[in-house]
Amino acid sequence: MEAPAPILRMSGIGKQFPGVRALDGVDLRLLPGEVHAVMGENGAGKSTLIKVLTGVHPADAGDIELAGRSVAFGSPLEARQAGISTVYQEVNLCVNLSVAENILIGREPRRLGRIDWKRMRARARELLARLELDLDVSAPLSSYSLAIQQMVAIARALDVDAQVLILDEPTSSLDADEVDRLFGVMKRLKDEGIAILFVTHFLDQVYEISDRMTILRNGRLVGEFLTSELSQVELVAKMIGQELEVLDKLHGEAKVFDRPLVEARELGRAGAIEPFTLTIHEGEVVGLAGLLGSGRTEVARLLFGADHAGTGQVAIGGEPTPLRTPRAAMSHKIAFCSENRKTDGLVPDLTVRENIVLALQATRGWTRPVPREQQDELVGRYVKALRISPADPERLVRDLSGGNQQKVLLARWLILEPRLLILDEPTRGIDVGAKAEIQRLVAELSSGGVAVLFISAELEEVLRLSHKVAVLRDRKLVAELPNDDALSTEVLMETIASGGRDR
Amino acid sequence: MRRLLWPVLILALLLLVNVLFTPGFLSVQVRDGHLYGSLIDILRFGAPLILVSLGMTLVIATGGIDLSVGSVVAISGALACLQISQDAGVFTAVVLALGLSVLLGAWNGFLVAGVGIQPIIATLILMVAGRGLAQLITDGQIITVNDPAYKLIGGGYWLTVPFGILIVLVVLAVTAFLTRRLALGLLIEAVGGNAEASRLAGIRARGIIVMVYAFAALCAGVAGLMISSNISSADGNNAGLWIELDAILAVVIGGTSLAGGRFSLGGTVLGALIIQTLTTTIYSIGVPPETTLLFKALVVTVVCLIQSTAFRDKVFHRRRPVALAGPATEEKARVTA
Repeated sequence: MEAPAPILRMSGIGKQFPGVRALDGVDLRLLPGEVHAVMGENGAGKSTLIKVLTGVHPADAGDIELAGRSVAFGSPLEARQAGISTVYQEVNLCVNLSVAENILIGREPRRLGRIDWKRMRARARELLARLELDLDVSAPLSSYSLAIQQMVAIARALDVDAQVLILDEPTSSLDADEVDRLFGVMKRLKDEGIAILFVTHFLDQVYEISDRMTILRNGRLVGEFLTSELSQVELVAKMIGQELEVLDKLHGEAKVFDRPLVEARELGRAGAIEPFTLTIHEGEVVGLAGLLGSGRTEVARLLFGADHAGTGQVAIGGEPTPLRTPRAAMSHKIAFCSENRKTDGLVPDLTVRENIVLALQATRGWTRPVPREQQDELVGRYVKALRISPADPERLVRDLSGGNQQKVLLARWLILEPRLLILDEPTRGIDVGAKAEIQRLVAELSSGGVAVLFISAELEEVLRLSHKVAVLRDRKLVAELPNDDALSTEVLMETIASGGRDR
Repeated sequence: MRRLLWPVLILALLLLVNVLFTPGFLSVQVRDGHLYGSLIDILRFGAPLILVSLGMTLVIATGGIDLSVGSVVAISGALACLQISQDAGVFTAVVLALGLSVLLGAWNGFLVAGVGIQPIIATLILMVAGRGLAQLITDGQIITVNDPAYKLIGGGYWLTVPFGILIVLVVLAVTAFLTRRLALGLLIEAVGGNAEASRLAGIRARGIIVMVYAFAALCAGVAGLMISSNISSADGNNAGLWIELDAILAVVIGGTSLAGGRFSLGGTVLGALIIQTLTTTIYSIGVPPETTLLFKALVVTVVCLIQSTAFRDKVFHRRRPVALAGPATEEKARVTA
């Protein structure tokens, strides 16, 4: 196939943030009339690449060429004027304004200094017609579904003569029909010769719509591939990166778990996770594997009562138990270390000590304070055991590094002596030493009879710790695999990629 | 406590200004078995504001705000005076007035925590409606009472000390006990500092929020008794008018962030005293009556700016390089000379 000249070429792009090398020598080229997917795990540098391309961040190294001319955009506005339009994940529109206003805001057709409403509506209808949409353009945007709002955002992006259209996770909040609709629009635009850069976490969608893909890992380029020539398993392997070194499994001989602690039966929540059934036994470490956005956190939140379940039920020790609030879950000795420790975990203005005793204090109510001696004893013990540094319990938690904040959060739940500990990405963004410590802790807890639900994007880690692994894909629990000798990262990747269809 | 450094300095400065304008400002004497002096007056007249500010501190620490405290002041005073004028006992009157106050506060808390209305709107309802309620209770009249026992609350003395000051000390001690000795303060600060994290840590934020609004209203109720007792009458229109704004100001001057989280009871007391001293100062240095509000506004603006760490950093950091550059250029000049 004779490839046309690329409309956009980025070469050797590098970007350094304080303490992180976000992009290092990344190349990307876009051909007119193709859908190009940028793939990579969370933190691989996809968003940074897009932000560099659209002028949100300046690049530290590398060149960008648009239609053969070297360019450097100082702002997203400049990029748009040059023909690179972006539709972001969250719809960046004003739902209280009309459809026409949203499409043409900032570029309203004017006559004698006043807005020419008639022409504005006509222009908006014209742009929507290009997407095969017929809407009442004077109705407020809020009267349309999220999918239509997404289309309006695309129509807005197309108003300027776009040569390149960037869609950053446009499907994450759409249902299947809406996704089909969006893909129809993308195909039309592609036929018109527009180059589309598509970022998503949904593998099926990549294979349905994209022609080629560029894969990133840890800020580096893995390579550019034709979608038709790369299998899903290969894709997952390239995204996650295979470590050749096989780590020992931390747990000993295969144990028999016969005392179910928490059983979820057809538990689900519309738009978050499809109904799933999962049994966690006493002393068992259950790993949750799956790509970001596959519903890992949603499973955890349902089991902790952080979200209301729409369907199904939970049984604890065989007794059906509604988990409506975190408090209810805590009264059954379930603990949850959330993935997002800044927003859902710690109170940054409180001290290390206060953050650690917070959950314990909450279970006791405000009338029965934890005596100061007991606080100091507990906090001192865990600051030491988890090697929290600085080892000063009176420091504000906001001043600690990410890894130490994670340990503070962990300590908060450990002092409650939970029977089920849910750990959502406990080792993300922390250094190797702390990581090993946390892994060892999980193994210790498990041999002490504590059940652990362990969520991690790192498959090696999941394999190393878990007695069984539940695999999630596209918000659905697709497989439950015992961690025997036959299970390897390859098998896990294959299951993630194929969605457990072959099994 | 470094956090209280600036409020203390500001208060000291205000007192110093008074000393310069009023000879004998600092002297406290015992006359007719009563403590007497300008400082005592500041404490005595500032007592209602301190009370209201203490309640406001806890509300603000949860990330909320209570605009209705002024109305509660009026309602509480009105109900108490009505009861007394109808020959109910002082004790019954006080209990009824405070009971109604707590009920109104719980209503605020319910609107905020139960219904989920933004605090500023939820309490605005009672701020406006409460004035009407107070007038309804007094039937649009000013109720005058003449009861020595009731007079004691706001105007009386006990062991030479004005009774209002004693009430403040008791309320302050109780608040400090509840928040710092018991765990209420920690939970309030957690809810105000990160509401979602607190929920996931199992804190019953709803109950705590209802409680702080009820507490704020209780404090306002006591302040209402003091004010009406001091003037032996209940004025539904003017009692406690704008006190909510002074209270918010006192809390902010005391170093508690309007965004919620950490709070300081000591800071709030200092803040309230600063506002009361400022009022006294305005009279003692003879600011013309028509400019008092403007004068007060100017001083408050300056005080708030000095209190702000961001502002201090900006001003002092900008000056520091200049100060450093001074000697250096001097040296250079000497070298060239």
